[in-house]
Amino acid sequence: MSPRARSGAGKAGDADGMKVPEGRHMPEAERLTPPAWPGGRSAPPSGEFAVIGQRTRKVEGLAKVTGRAVYADDIQLPRMLHGKLLRSVHAHARILEIDASAALALPGVHAVITGRDLPTYYGIIPWTEDEQALCEEKARYVGDAIAAVAADSEYLAEEALRRIRVHYEVLPAVTSIEEALEHPERQVNEKAREGNVSKHVHLEFGDVEARLAAADETVEAEYWYEGSTHAPIEPHCAIGDFDATGFLTVISSTQVAHYLHRDLAKVLDLPTQRVRVIQPVVGGAFGGKSESFSLEFCAAKLSMLTGRPVKILYTREEVFYAHRGRHPMRLHYRTGMRKDGTLTGVDARIQIDGGAYSSFGLVTTYYSGQLLTAPYAMDAYRFDSTRVFTNKPCCGPKRGHGSVQPRVAFECQIVKLAERVGLDPIAVRRKNFIGANARTVNGMRVTSNGFLECLDAVERASDWRAKFRRLPYGRGLGVAGSMYISGTNYCIYPNEMPQSGVQLKLDRSGRATVFCGASDIGQGVDSVLALIVAEELGLDLRDIRVVAADTDLTPVDLGSYSSRETFMVGNACLDAARKLRDVIAAALAERWGCRADQVTLAKGVACSTRDPHKECMSVKDAFQAAEAKSGTLGSVGWYQTPKLGGDYRGGTIGASPAYSFTAHVAEVEGDPETGFVRVVKLWVAHDCGRALSPVAVEGQMEGSAYMGFAEALFEQHDFKPAAVGHGPGIHDGPSLLDYRIPTSLDTPEFESLIVESVDPEGPYGAKEAGEGPLHPSVPAIANAIYDALGIRCDRLPFHPPRVLGLLKEGDARARWEQARRQRDGVAVAAAR
Amino acid sequence: MLTLPAFEWVRPDSLDEALRWLADDPAQQLVVAGGTDAVPNLKHRLHTPRRIVHLSGLREMQGIVSDADGLTIGALVTLSALADDPDAMHDAALVADAASRVASPQIRNMGTVGGNLCLDTRCTYYNQTFFWREALGFCLKKDGTRCHVVTQGKRCVAAHSSDVAPALIALGATVEIASAEGRRRVAVDEFFVGDGIHNNVLVPGELVVSVHVPAAARRLSASYRKLRPRGAIDFPMLSVAFAARSESGACAEARLVVSALGAKPRVVGGTDALVRGKPLDAAAADALAEAAYKQCRPLTNVPYDADWRHEMVRVFVRRAVRDVIEGSA
Repeated sequence: MSPRARSGAGKAGDADGMKVPEGRHMPEAERLTPPAWPGGRSAPPSGEFAVIGQRTRKVEGLAKVTGRAVYADDIQLPRMLHGKLLRSVHAHARILEIDASAALALPGVHAVITGRDLPTYYGIIPWTEDEQALCEEKARYVGDAIAAVAADSEYLAEEALRRIRVHYEVLPAVTSIEEALEHPERQVNEKAREGNVSKHVHLEFGDVEARLAAADETVEAEYWYEGSTHAPIEPHCAIGDFDATGFLTVISSTQVAHYLHRDLAKVLDLPTQRVRVIQPVVGGAFGGKSESFSLEFCAAKLSMLTGRPVKILYTREEVFYAHRGRHPMRLHYRTGMRKDGTLTGVDARIQIDGGAYSSFGLVTTYYSGQLLTAPYAMDAYRFDSTRVFTNKPCCGPKRGHGSVQPRVAFECQIVKLAERVGLDPIAVRRKNFIGANARTVNGMRVTSNGFLECLDAVERASDWRAKFRRLPYGRGLGVAGSMYISGTNYCIYPNEMPQSGVQLKLDRSGRATVFCGASDIGQGVDSVLALIVAEELGLDLRDIRVVAADTDLTPVDLGSYSSRETFMVGNACLDAARKLRDVIAAALAERWGCRADQVTLAKGVACSTRDPHKECMSVKDAFQAAEAKSGTLGSVGWYQTPKLGGDYRGGTIGASPAYSFTAHVAEVEGDPETGFVRVVKLWVAHDCGRALSPVAVEGQMEGSAYMGFAEALFEQHDFKPAAVGHGPGIHDGPSLLDYRIPTSLDTPEFESLIVESVDPEGPYGAKEAGEGPLHPSVPAIANAIYDALGIRCDRLPFHPPRVLGLLKEGDARARWEQARRQRDGVAVAAAR
Repeated sequence: MLTLPAFEWVRPDSLDEALRWLADDPAQQLVVAGGTDAVPNLKHRLHTPRRIVHLSGLREMQGIVSDADGLTIGALVTLSALADDPDAMHDAALVADAASRVASPQIRNMGTVGGNLCLDTRCTYYNQTFFWREALGFCLKKDGTRCHVVTQGKRCVAAHSSDVAPALIALGATVEIASAEGRRRVAVDEFFVGDGIHNNVLVPGELVVSVHVPAAARRLSASYRKLRPRGAIDFPMLSVAFAARSESGACAEARLVVSALGAKPRVVGGTDALVRGKPLDAAAADALAEAAYKQCRPLTNVPYDADWRHEMVRVFVRRAVRDVIEGSA
């Protein structure tokens, strides 16, 4: 289907779509096609799985829980200095003059840098490079970095900051979507083509107005999704170390070593091959470390100036300013349904508060519309999304990037419509199921799809039929579904190189080492690499070392974002491991006089299927036999996605080689006197293709559901409005005391129900599990609150003052009783 | 991470030595016990003392003693020790319960009874980093001249946020104070003053040695209710302590304390007239709730909507009174 599209504003508009822009791309290269194997990618190497699907420990888990894991801040280099950043106290101000003389006069202070020392603009999306490591001319939010100090200690660096005098010209600020649009003359970001519009996307698929007119019921409503931040337990930390040969090493708690590598070379004006990025163990990221940050450039630059290693560790407060968290969104939906429950047309108008810079905002703006088109089929769909710049910390990708907010609105719309047409909220979802091997209205290719099984699983486990609309006032159930990508189909910067590369080394000791640029941020990609090597080569997990995310040592992987690692890295690793497995099998087949496909490697033993008792040896001996026959054992593997996406501008954004599907049921208990809502339990069913490590998949499902639940009821990344005595844009409380993430006492019980649809292109059939399971949490809770209390929570978070306020508007109890009667009516109708 | 300011640090071995240190340039000394309030405040540059007198080396001011006069709790008893102490649970269950709701297990393991009683008042415009407060333009409690809660206000309204204090007041407890000059004892009710900058009667050079809950408290039924969004970590957004005694079906005495409003806990007035001599029942709960609602006016010094917190005064008082009714039944 070819859409009618308008897209523009911001210089990004010229060349977006994640396609190679005109004039910049190489001659149309043939896109690499990954190797195919007999039995496909989803089959075990021989017979049945030995390691895959077992409840194994994460390979790095014990080091973390015994305190041995080395995080960036654990690293101390000889003669290392400590850096700190000076930040703007104004939401919007021109920097007229910076006087650092008093700071430099302090004994133990070695260097001070400002925007002039690092003038090059950078940005994760090549078409929206609008950031400087230190603001050169203008600060755009309270907390924007404007100078950096290196000193003998953190204390001295902090004291030095207080001695830097900055002369500002305070400018009028905009701190909300409305203000940003009403006051284009108060331009936050000069890289915007006009006013404060960061990005505008308008896409229509089919005739939405006609399909809405054909609906029996339409629901129109506005939703507000509050901003939230990642709050990783480890704050950002980076060490810059520029040596005497002119070689720069940056050790950083990043989740995108490869992109950081490129940005460092660019901003510091160094040849890329003289820069090395090392990612040590990372203590949580959730999207908050998926681009380059001021501290990495400043630590490097300060090291270049002082000739000594420089470490910068963000304070907790600075993590809130670095942000890149969930975008606040105002979402206006019109949705139509026929009496039989079929969705007709969907019309979405979305306004997005981007903060001061672009970050991934171009993609966010597309994702806010592009990722809504499954698991339900719809006749026609239109979205109009506008991201604006405001004088606040920059929003970006947080777990479920761009698609969590519209999903909340849409899943609530579906329940409202289901009530209108008198259908059960689960039944209406089944009715609109798009199916496997389908194409979405916006041209995305869906392959495996286990959404129906997810719905069945949560319906059964939650005892939905006995409980929905049958629990006493104050208690209720809600359901929601979603889909998510397993990696984006195209690299952030245009190129035709593989998404992921893996190098594998075997040696005579019987040990394997996997080298890969992949970034383990706790989600377990190191374990995925080890599991695949163990499965293919018959090794024990303890006999595999994973060397990851070091640009000197490992082949490129694009990093940990868009839920791409298991799928992309897994496939690359499968390629590398199968190449070596073939070498070993050939050597053993020759020795035993059997066919290579009769050789198996499993659980430390190599044998033939023909005569496994006689024709067998340890895998270590097998490695030696292969080395004797073919020379030193090593291989490289890679993965590249197929060409995918809709044939229109922006049609590649949202394209993924596979989609995951999720359904949640939430049970809540509300206190009508106080407005407190407690989530009693969340049932989470997730189609991850195949669970390579069920324990890790369950961990991701629980972690995702927790994060969604936290956003539903607690988190508010908000700012104080201007008042008599202070300016706008001051953070409401940049600490883990004031920014309330729920404690273990507040957290509901989770039940994780893994659904395995076995994707034809995933490694052993696997798809993502790290972000998809977040999506339905919020709408399932919102829908459960309706069942419990008779109120519609269309604004997040559902905190007690808001819930109590809604209870007082109109007669919640009467609505609740009416919904109960309707349910009885449906049951009676069904019985007839 | 945020750094501590520079200061001299002493760790005396005895109370006498501690008091001698405090007597030297008294206004420039900061007493630290568990440090759970002081350390973040130091990092935020809310306190910039010349010297810290760290009490962790003292063998005095420890221990909980129950005798005919009542219960004496050393100021250095940790909140977790108090919460788990069998004598405290018997003689002053309300205080043990309040102690068990402070912050988190780790903080209760470090934080002390004396520290919680002397907790610095809290305000959303005050308990922030130096940088944040600089962006704000500071406030009249520290480094500035303006109150951001009551914009024309000349008096600091930072909130009293101790959990144990309302419970101690409800039970009629007293506090023993020492300085190099000698000792004195005041009712906990009179220990606090309505000034958010310094909300108690301690003068420089003094520290709290112990608190004493009278034996009469053993006959009281009591309940502590704490409003907080999370089940742990949060300071109270509202706290209610209610203690009462009934004799042959009639209320003989009742005390209702509401806090986390302004600089000192509020003992709700007029409770005698409302409930004394009458049965403690649902009507009494409603009457007390209404009285508290009228007398208490939450401000924006503490997070969450002030009007909602005002409504919660009614709900939480009613629930605390009902706890007592149900507990006595």
